[in-house]
Amino acid sequence: MHFTINGERHEADPDIRASLLDVLREHLQLTGTKKGCDHGQCGACTVLVNGRRINSCLTLAVMHQDDEIVTIEGLGTPDDLHPLQAAFVSHDGFQCGYCTPGQICSAVGMMDEAKKGWPSHVSDDLAGDVVLEDGEIAERMSGNLCRCSAYPNIRDAIRQVWEGAK
Amino acid sequence: MKLFDYARADTPEAAVQDMSARFIAGGTNLLDLMKLQVETPTKLVDISRLDLAEIEEIDDGGLRIGALVPNADLAAEPRVRERYPVLSRALLAGASGQLRNKATTGGNLLQRTRCGYFYDTHARCNKREPGSGCDGREGFNRILAVLGTSEACIATHPSDMAVAMRALDAVVLTLAPGGDRRRIPLGDFYRLPGDTPQIETVLQPGELITHVELPAPPAGRQTYRKVRDRASYAFALVSVAGVVAVEDGKIASASLAFGGLGPMPWRDAAVEAALVGKAPGDAAFAAAADALLADAQGYGENDFKIPLARRTLIAVLRELTEDAA
Repeated sequence: MHFTINGERHEADPDIRASLLDVLREHLQLTGTKKGCDHGQCGACTVLVNGRRINSCLTLAVMHQDDEIVTIEGLGTPDDLHPLQAAFVSHDGFQCGYCTPGQICSAVGMMDEAKKGWPSHVSDDLAGDVVLEDGEIAERMSGNLCRCSAYPNIRDAIRQVWEGAK
Repeated sequence: MKLFDYARADTPEAAVQDMSARFIAGGTNLLDLMKLQVETPTKLVDISRLDLAEIEEIDDGGLRIGALVPNADLAAEPRVRERYPVLSRALLAGASGQLRNKATTGGNLLQRTRCGYFYDTHARCNKREPGSGCDGREGFNRILAVLGTSEACIATHPSDMAVAMRALDAVVLTLAPGGDRRRIPLGDFYRLPGDTPQIETVLQPGELITHVELPAPPAGRQTYRKVRDRASYAFALVSVAGVVAVEDGKIASASLAFGGLGPMPWRDAAVEAALVGKAPGDAAFAAAADALLADAQGYGENDFKIPLARRTLIAVLRELTEDAA
């Protein structure tokens, strides 16, 4: 199988049953993406496929050979942090850090959805402008669990980047 | 996960060639169940690249939704937000942002129950293993059904989207092996469990959902109210999709569908008959709730759903008729 990940072409020969998550971690050594529940409940495995956030544990790798995949390794590097990575550091948006790659990939996808004007469950007006206040961020990020419960700081980090980008 | 053969279909006609195959598109429910070996398909046909991801206007003023339109896109579609807000609201009340990006319209209709005994391959479950028994009736049944149950099964259908579509009189379009196309009203699409709870819809082996059609938007106000254990990312204990029109001080039309209560998106003509022609108010609303719950049966832990459904329905009816002409 062939994959385009973080702009680079990769080859791998996994079992047909392999999830995208397992190919990233076990075949391509892109271990930034984390396995938490492996059932789409925790969000630790979130990656961007064609710009959209998805759970990489709940999709077969073989189905994504023609897609553009971006993982945490493609967003920033230790010397050149993505704005969300820098904001998570400055806001203490993590303790153990295990959920953080998924949180950051999810937040990238979430902010793109908000820029497109997509409403959420807590939006009063389905047609209104998106204002990413605490309730909106919490609702839109509810697919990413943090068992250290760094949620207030995660929200602050995301809001800072969102407001800086506007 | 059991081994399977995998093939990608290029056209709907090619996808329905093999009646023994299972379709995979978003995969968010099927793969979860395959990991647990609740589902063990021997052949998967990948339909995710079929040209079925458009939302089009149809002649009667409605919309035709391709089966592969992701839940996120359908919720955000401006025509859905404007004309069918109950559907946008229902979709946004379900799952997470990541799952809505992947889960499809057709797949959402076909997702399986979240009954814990269905998922637990060490438990007895007539839906997973016909004839094995049901551990839910006397087990942890807090999330299970109170309407439409049978001796064999008390599972609920988990979808929010399908509840809104049921209230909107959606029609499911299919393509069968051999090329026959069918139009199945959503009200005829699901089956009660009876003694065959493993058969959940009227789809035949190999039959593919290609589209879902929504008729022209109904008159009146629309809302979707969902009660659950967490504020976000949880299945419904009770949900209500409501569309109600008031004219000259009387309820002119009402369409109400319910999630979390039964083995299918639940709709009961007696509920609507109790409302139409009546002045909006607690007397009519109580009569509607009585009609809905006349045959409701709790199994212990889920007894609370009966009064909860009553209160949720009444709250929705108040919201939809408040200050209406």
